Amino acid sequence: MTFDELWKTPGEWLRGDGPMSDVVISSRIRLARNLADQPFLATAAPSDRTEIFRCVTDAITSTPAGADSIVVDVEDADPIDRSLLVERHLISRQHVAAEGARGVTISPDETLAVMINEEDHLRIQGLRSGLQLDNVWSDVNRLDDAIASQIAFAFDKQLGYLTACPTNVGTGIRVSVMLHLPALRLTKEIDRVARAARDLRLAVRGSYGEGTEAVGDLYQISNQTTLGKAEDAIINTFSEMIIPKMVEYERAARQTLAQHHAAQLDDKVWRAYGVLCNARRITSGETQSLLSPIRMGIHLGRFDRFDIAALNDIFLYTQSAHLQKLLGRTLDDDERAAARADYLRKRLG
Amino acid sequence: MSVACQRCNQSKATVHITDTVPEKRERHLCEQCAEKEGIIIKQKHVTTNEILQQFIKHKAGMAAGEDLACPKCGMTFREFQTKGTLGCPNDYAAFGSLLNPLIQHAHEGATQHVGKVPPDADSTTQKLTGLLRLRRELQDAVEREDYERAAHVRDRIRIMEEA
Repeated sequence: MTFDELWKTPGEWLRGDGPMSDVVISSRIRLARNLADQPFLATAAPSDRTEIFRCVTDAITSTPAGADSIVVDVEDADPIDRSLLVERHLISRQHVAAEGARGVTISPDETLAVMINEEDHLRIQGLRSGLQLDNVWSDVNRLDDAIASQIAFAFDKQLGYLTACPTNVGTGIRVSVMLHLPALRLTKEIDRVARAARDLRLAVRGSYGEGTEAVGDLYQISNQTTLGKAEDAIINTFSEMIIPKMVEYERAARQTLAQHHAAQLDDKVWRAYGVLCNARRITSGETQSLLSPIRMGIHLGRFDRFDIAALNDIFLYTQSAHLQKLLGRTLDDDERAAARADYLRKRLG
Repeated sequence: MSVACQRCNQSKATVHITDTVPEKRERHLCEQCAEKEGIIIKQKHVTTNEILQQFIKHKAGMAAGEDLACPKCGMTFREFQTKGTLGCPNDYAAFGSLLNPLIQHAHEGATQHVGKVPPDADSTTQKLTGLLRLRRELQDAVEREDYERAAHVRDRIRIMEEA
């Protein structure tokens, strides 16, 4: 598979299936790793960065798990292609903004990706739809072992894996689960739930990670502590305790809305559909906000014009880089708003 | 009509207020100055790095009062305080005494890794972290009153200690 084929279908994480997929959009695990014999990126010379990029891509592509990976040179990539990778959650905004030799290796189904030279030399990522942290961990762990058999990682028996930022030291693991919580927001319980999560030392963020807003009622819940707990203990807290609890709250809030405020709920869902079908100019933010009640409507059996797979398709291809890629040209904000509305009318009309 | 902020005289005033005490007067401020005066409180998203930097500026460096430099990469602790990221793996050893309070603060008091060990790490390290992990697991099982699990973990610890 090539990069040009990659963007033509949504990745595995947008399949819309997997356990608890009515609320859990995706499960992600990232591991921070650094080469033992190289400086961290803050002091690395341009030649060090190039050497790290080359050495890591060689190691990944020579493992069975990474042999058929697509390697993207982010430094040389077209700005639209970089944004496209961010929209697909394969690289971070920080990786786009970084400097020097850097890139990403991506497995053909996009369940595995390794960002090279972001904040750490490697960020090994596993991503799947629904609540599948165990499967994601098994993918990531296997790839981590395969890379470690060829590269010595910076490791200390007391502090574990050594990372550029001391907040990631130890396991270097970041577990992030993306949740769709429209009913908790509508019933104004979201702040209470977010506070409870923060009390458990979890970060609650928007769908594109640190510093982003929760657009379309999508929230990312992730761990902050990486030292003093084993990977499986951190993962189990998410899969057995935190996430099932949040899913339970969201489902209960949806039932309350459906039982006691059915007319308002249907109005919100169908009005959103009306705007998407008829708008002449629409931003990506507004599109995502309108898709949110429809997503909930589909899961509650109150909306039947299209299914979750189609919704996820629209969700992805109305984002700026995907839209421009689809149309094959660069568009400014104004042109994009009009092109997005055209695309939606054709898709939904 | 756009009015310049009366406080900084630079940005455009977007916050317009009328004071009634001690006397009636109109004020026009930009968002930043309004925030500084405590008129609007912005719920800003604080990134992990910002929290970290605030912490290292206020606490970590104070105790020592002097700077340390890593002999390998040349980064100083002061530089780390500004950047928020370290220069090389050796900084953990070089800045040890200054970094430790920060690491403990960021990780709920933890000071010892109990997770995965890279396959190339020497067998003593692997055994040590393996044992630590099992002991933590044993403690958790006892706290949960899961005695069956606790007995199983205890046996694994015994086998590992004897090996």
